[in-house]
Amino acid sequence: MISKYVDSVATFSGDIDHLIWVITAIVGFWFLLAEAVFFYLIIRYAARDGVRAQYVAGEDPKEKRWVAVPHYLTLAFDVWIIFSAISVWQEVKQTMPQADETVRVIAQQWAWTFIHPGADGQLDTADDIRLVDELHVEKGKTIHFELQSRDVLHSFSVPVFRLKQDVIPGRTIRGWFKTTQAGAYDIQCTEICGIGHAIMPARIIIESPEDHAAWLLSQTPATAALTTPTTQTGGMP
Amino acid sequence: MSSTATPEASGHSHDDGHGHDGHAHGHAEQNFFLKYFWSTDHKIIGFQYLFTGMFMALIGGFAVYAFRMQIAFPGMSVPGYGRVTATDYNALVTTHGSVMIFWVAMPVLIAALGNYLIPLMIGADDMVFPRLNRLSYQLFLLSIVVLIASFFVQGGAFGGAWTSYPPLSAKPEYNLTPLGAPMWLVAVALEFAAFLLGGINFVTTLMNSRAPGMKMFDVPIVIWMIVIASILFMASVGPLVAGAIMLLFDQTVGTGFFDPKKGGDPVLWQHLFWFFGHPEVYVVLLPAMGIVAEVITTFSRKKLFAYKTVIYTAVGTGALSFFVWAHHQFIAGIDPRMANIFSVTTLLISIPVAEMVFVYIATLFGGSIRLTTPMLWALAFIGEFLLGGVTGIFLGSSGADIYFHDTYFVIAHFHYTFFPIAFIAVFAAVTYWFPKMFGKYMNEAWGKVHFWGTIIPFNFIFIPLFLLGARGDHRRIYDYTHFPDLMKPGMQDLRVLATLSLVVLLAFQVVFLVNYFYSAFKGPKAEANPWKANTLEWQAPSPPPHGNFPEGLPTVYRGPYEYSHPDRQDDHWPQNSPS
Repeated sequence: MISKYVDSVATFSGDIDHLIWVITAIVGFWFLLAEAVFFYLIIRYAARDGVRAQYVAGEDPKEKRWVAVPHYLTLAFDVWIIFSAISVWQEVKQTMPQADETVRVIAQQWAWTFIHPGADGQLDTADDIRLVDELHVEKGKTIHFELQSRDVLHSFSVPVFRLKQDVIPGRTIRGWFKTTQAGAYDIQCTEICGIGHAIMPARIIIESPEDHAAWLLSQTPATAALTTPTTQTGGMP
Repeated sequence: MSSTATPEASGHSHDDGHGHDGHAHGHAEQNFFLKYFWSTDHKIIGFQYLFTGMFMALIGGFAVYAFRMQIAFPGMSVPGYGRVTATDYNALVTTHGSVMIFWVAMPVLIAALGNYLIPLMIGADDMVFPRLNRLSYQLFLLSIVVLIASFFVQGGAFGGAWTSYPPLSAKPEYNLTPLGAPMWLVAVALEFAAFLLGGINFVTTLMNSRAPGMKMFDVPIVIWMIVIASILFMASVGPLVAGAIMLLFDQTVGTGFFDPKKGGDPVLWQHLFWFFGHPEVYVVLLPAMGIVAEVITTFSRKKLFAYKTVIYTAVGTGALSFFVWAHHQFIAGIDPRMANIFSVTTLLISIPVAEMVFVYIATLFGGSIRLTTPMLWALAFIGEFLLGGVTGIFLGSSGADIYFHDTYFVIAHFHYTFFPIAFIAVFAAVTYWFPKMFGKYMNEAWGKVHFWGTIIPFNFIFIPLFLLGARGDHRRIYDYTHFPDLMKPGMQDLRVLATLSLVVLLAFQVVFLVNYFYSAFKGPKAEANPWKANTLEWQAPSPPPHGNFPEGLPTVYRGPYEYSHPDRQDDHWPQNSPS
């Protein structure tokens, strides 16, 4: 449903789409049924000359059935939705599959800095690759990310992953994703962060293993340093 | 403020906590100034809140007009505003959100209707604390003065969204509004103080001043709802007022409650804010539900289906609403395990609310339904609110919220709840009680023009926003052209459709304003009980004089919804009619 308009390129994005589909089917059915009954009653019981309204207190259990049965059905469907929602949540937010690579994402007013571990696969080494507003990952690899902020709240959102996580100054928040398809997609800041909130787009470039290796080769720490934002003075908040 | 206008001028002889001996003396006519600016009459104070709320709605409406035009036509010079910069955009979004919730929904639904209706519908001559009531309005007015002044100070109005999350809201170097941010907080805190005073008054009045014979289960649903809402408000607002003062200190004297560099935590504010912010949703929902109960029973000539169930579900909703707040924070950096608990509570709260809606639909069964303007509004509330309710399930489900959080799906969802609450239900109330308030009728034909001119564009604004949200549009972005994935074919068309529908909706409000004010002065004269309703306010003259019941306070013999009773010729049976 969503993937018709927004590509689905992470392992869990299909599960989130499926959950959304399940909820749509359940609440859509109830919504249409309730509206149908509602409009039927309005038309059926429109005022007519000489026809008096009925006197129904709705306190008798026999009458209350009409409300009580839908009430218990609502509860049953709620339980179904809760289980589906929590299982997806646990997959995305409460598990951390073994990482192939860890990247650090630093948000600030109003840019993203992505620190890639470079050829040695380790962060905080000399060959780290720092890029502004561009994140490169290899297709099919499990990536862990560490979110940090230099100033205010931001939110790291990748719609094609259906993934979103707020970034909080003073903390490092970890998460993961595993891509399924190559391409270039939006990374958006989805938490208002000041007047430049709308000019904080970044791109995630998902590359095939060959392309990723070629990109890695083209990036030496020396050239990457040039793209580091000037406001950065080295110390992490 | 003049010190010569002493409180004694109101001429009250109210010995607190009675209201039963049917006296109308002590409610002398007052001069113009005392009557309209220093009044302790609950009806005048209700009108003051109502008209102030209407005025603030114009500000909130203008703000949304300006920023929606910018979204649809980026960079254009908006007629009546000019170019909307990024700074303007954030300030307009913040103003729209805070004004519509704090200065429109709250004063109109709770303060205006509560003040106007509570004494009339429980058969009292006034509130228990009339002077507290006046002070409440004056504080409220002061909060508006502070808010409006903040538009004109150096740096401009606060632009950190109505939720005012720190650190953005805490430091001028981040938000660039050194005066706007603290003034916004002061305005909000003053407004809360005003409603605390009002809430105390509402609860005390209901408990102590009911007409003789009126048991708690004879009290009309709208009064129950307003009082339950007041209790919810009073119980939830404390943490936020404390939070507001902490944030004000962070802004002005350099404390670090929410500053991680000084050992504080920005997420703490979110907890304090939403601990109030979610019960707040029900604080405005419940009175709206109450209005709908009054209107649909009157115009379907039906007893309310399961009166007590409605009250129990309202109490249940209120109690549960204190345990759902963190669903605003699933992805805000709270412990992910906590999301599971709040997902459960959030979906559970759908049960009492759904039950209330089922009860209202069941009330229509076997009725004799007349589609007057107030009835159209009340029915539209049910029809539209249903969509707002069911779309909340997507957001309460933690797994789906990962995607929908902070998108236009959220915006569309809460406008499908808040617009029915703050406008559709309020239009039902205003048109229903208009003959009582002014002793005149509004024009029905123009009333229906206004109804359709509001309902149709309303759906054409927010259905496109659901679609945009599902396609990834995120909130508070003044120009989408920077995001390649959000400029795919068709997306801008949906944004334009929503904006043009908004312009149509706003234009039709002129019909309402003209109809309202023209009818208040020149409308055909209305009798005391034009809708043949049962509740006590209709047994007072229209408009009710100071003191409400010149013939003496009524005595109550039965519940409020005895319509079409089989033992009775007439299809209504006023609460105060002995037989």
